[in-house]
Amino acid sequence: MAVYKKPESESDFYHNFAEKQPQMSASEAFIESSRCLFCYDAPCITACPTHIDIPLFIKQIHTGNVEGSARTIFDSNWLGSACGKVCPTSVLCEGACVYNHENKKPIEIGRLQFYATQQVIEADKHLYGPGLPNGRKVAVVGAGPAGIACACELRLMGYEVDVFEAKDKPSGLTVHGTAPYKITNEQALNEMAYLQDQMGYVVRYNTPIETKGQIDDLESKYDAVFLGVGIGPTAELNVNGESSHRVIGAVEFVEELREKQHQMKVPDRVIVLGGGNTAMDAASESARMGAAHVVLAYRRGQEDMGAYAFEYDMAVRAGVRGLFHVAPIEIRDTDDGVAVTFIRTQHLNGKLEFITGSEFVMEADWVIKATGQSKMGSFFSLIDSLQLDTSRRVVVDPITFQTSNPKYFAGGDAVNGGAEVVNGAFDGKMAARGIDDWLNKK
Amino acid sequence: MIDLSVNFAGIKAPNPFWLASAPPTNSGYQVMKAFDAGWGGAVWKTLGVPVINVSSRYGSTNYRDTRMAGFSNIELISDRPLIDNLREIEEVKKYFPNHAVIASLMVESKAEWHQIIKDVENAGSDGIELNFGCPHGMCERGMGSAVGQEPEVLQRIVEWVMEVATIPVITKLTPNISDITDPGLAAVRGGTDALSLINTIKSIVGIDLDSYAPYPIVDGKGTNGGYCGPAVKPIALNMLKDLAQHRDINKVPISGIGGIETWRDVVEFILLGATSVQVCTAVMHYGFGIVREMDAGLRQFMMDKNYSTIYDFAGLALPNVKDWKDLNLTHKVVASIDEDLCIGCQLCYIACEDGAHQAIGLSVVNGERTPHIIEENCVGCNLCSLVCPVEQCITMEKRDSGTEFISWDQKSQRNEIPVTFNDERAGGLGHWVPEPASALKNGQRRV
Repeated sequence: MAVYKKPESESDFYHNFAEKQPQMSASEAFIESSRCLFCYDAPCITACPTHIDIPLFIKQIHTGNVEGSARTIFDSNWLGSACGKVCPTSVLCEGACVYNHENKKPIEIGRLQFYATQQVIEADKHLYGPGLPNGRKVAVVGAGPAGIACACELRLMGYEVDVFEAKDKPSGLTVHGTAPYKITNEQALNEMAYLQDQMGYVVRYNTPIETKGQIDDLESKYDAVFLGVGIGPTAELNVNGESSHRVIGAVEFVEELREKQHQMKVPDRVIVLGGGNTAMDAASESARMGAAHVVLAYRRGQEDMGAYAFEYDMAVRAGVRGLFHVAPIEIRDTDDGVAVTFIRTQHLNGKLEFITGSEFVMEADWVIKATGQSKMGSFFSLIDSLQLDTSRRVVVDPITFQTSNPKYFAGGDAVNGGAEVVNGAFDGKMAARGIDDWLNKK
Repeated sequence: MIDLSVNFAGIKAPNPFWLASAPPTNSGYQVMKAFDAGWGGAVWKTLGVPVINVSSRYGSTNYRDTRMAGFSNIELISDRPLIDNLREIEEVKKYFPNHAVIASLMVESKAEWHQIIKDVENAGSDGIELNFGCPHGMCERGMGSAVGQEPEVLQRIVEWVMEVATIPVITKLTPNISDITDPGLAAVRGGTDALSLINTIKSIVGIDLDSYAPYPIVDGKGTNGGYCGPAVKPIALNMLKDLAQHRDINKVPISGIGGIETWRDVVEFILLGATSVQVCTAVMHYGFGIVREMDAGLRQFMMDKNYSTIYDFAGLALPNVKDWKDLNLTHKVVASIDEDLCIGCQLCYIACEDGAHQAIGLSVVNGERTPHIIEENCVGCNLCSLVCPVEQCITMEKRDSGTEFISWDQKSQRNEIPVTFNDERAGGLGHWVPEPASALKNGQRRV
């Protein structure tokens, strides 16, 4: 039995994707902020990848200095608003809150952070501006969290910045790859517009960097290049029949959903393959789009999933059924869908093995692959002596984010293989400082 | 069997919970409603020549998400004609003959005092309270705290009152004075039957950051108000103690006032010698129903301690309130942290480090942040246990044998106290303190 009805209208859609962490009212924020203990050497700060001074911004909310609070947040994290929404706070700042040790509800840091930043964004209150022009130019490839954070930080230091974006919108996976109940398109794009208005970097949309000629052009026109290119489309499964039009990638699915919302038609029977957070999102979202039978199939055990437990729990609550220790070995088109042949698996001597003779067939209308994304390998090969690791991630200096080709710096998913918005925001900011240090030394 | 009834200087009431003279006792309607809700007595909003009030009248001190931790008013005495108040007093007494209705009074001349006392007696009041406390407005006209701050004037007026009063007289004192026993003694000398305190404290609760005017703002301006509410309780308790320990004053009963909101407050006031309590702010905040909690809590306390009347425990804390010079200097406690309860906020660490004696170190035990006490530096000041957000996590453990006693007073008699600036008998001689320069992070600052 489906938990959700298929959304017919925009309001149905927002009903099914009701915000997980709705914006606080002023009085909610006042009360919640009063609970903060103002810990010394607060564990929440340590747990935040961007080290926001959380007790300070919470105290500032409480004392009515909301603008100061937003400044405290943005000082550490240019995507402070989006991060308040999409960060897995229960495993970061809120997970570190000392109240957890007393079995008390941790401070709702994410919601407070979104509240404070939203006040200045809605009021279009500018807190920063570009520094005095220093005569240098940097190209940023990719307008995702890492690229935008890098652009903002560079502008602060007086750099001229051009951002090249393949798509027609900024924010990268914040919009395209995040479940709608975490952040709405509008919320993500508002912050992007707010930042660009203040910092004045140029974004060239629909401008993918794909050719050697473009790379050469960037190298000749700019003093440094930041690669915030993220990761590529969903990787191949290498299973017979995966080319069926009924087999789609999770990243592409989430992106299309964000774009089309209720106009996207998700069929009744969906099988999602994978055990990461993207798989959880795809499964959860299929269910919320009214698919009656959503099966999450993962080749290992539930405890082996890369996804956060709370993400799986959310999917289950949306009506998703988990199926573990099964691997797809063949996909076949049928008259009204696809038939996926699975084989059961087991761990034997630390290795995952198929159990011979355990094959079974499950029918579906769609199969969504959430088994990892391909890396931007072919793009990286355009850049001279750019070193990648064995997982085809760009290798960078952990402090400066400089790559093996000194003119290039990189951060975000391209470097970490796929992590959170907050990690991208931190990398981009640090890379900007790395670029500045490098150019100053030159 | 618990009997909460009181006989306070001859004023009888079913319980010690009285309403203070204030807005909640402005009318017969309110007083009847209060008695119906469980209050045992009410001191009527002060009567005199009716005033004209301003708008607005109240301001408050909010602490974190707690509203009205302190409360301030610039309202004056009753602005209703005396005759209306007298008629309502009479009516209340018809419905509640066994409850205490006390008329608070404030007038100027001897003739006015004599007249108004007759009036309220005729209306059936059970007692009179002399308002010598109001610290705003009325004092500018030579009444209220202007009287309470001049013991001689106070005594003279009490004497005028006692010349004619046939019902018990309570003199209400202002805390806006350096030594509360001065007006207390003056009132007793004047012949008062009882005392009550505290009236409100002169205050400015805050300044508006746009208009730069003090709260409450009256057309862009403000004036000092009278401060009350939970924040003033410690001041009230101390003044109550001063009166209740004074041999020449404690002959008369004392009604305790100042920040009373819960049964615990009530018990504390009684333990320091009050035999009735008066409440205003808590009612202005929560309504008359707040008395339910006080009543139930007081009864529970008395049941647990096996008391049958409040007189069984009135004043029992008084022998334990000493002068500093009589405290035991050999008593030694040190803080102890329960690692299982500690949640790792490290507030104790930073409080001790920056605000006390650098007696807490930071450590990680089984991966958890757990501060530890450096016992040789701990002076047993309590600060860590006060800032700790977890009940019973930091406790103070006794380290002395409990067999010795020596006070400052005794030490001075034995000539064992420091008397010169660098005396070797200094208590802190040899106490370890860190090198001053170690406070600076490496290399941040140079000489």
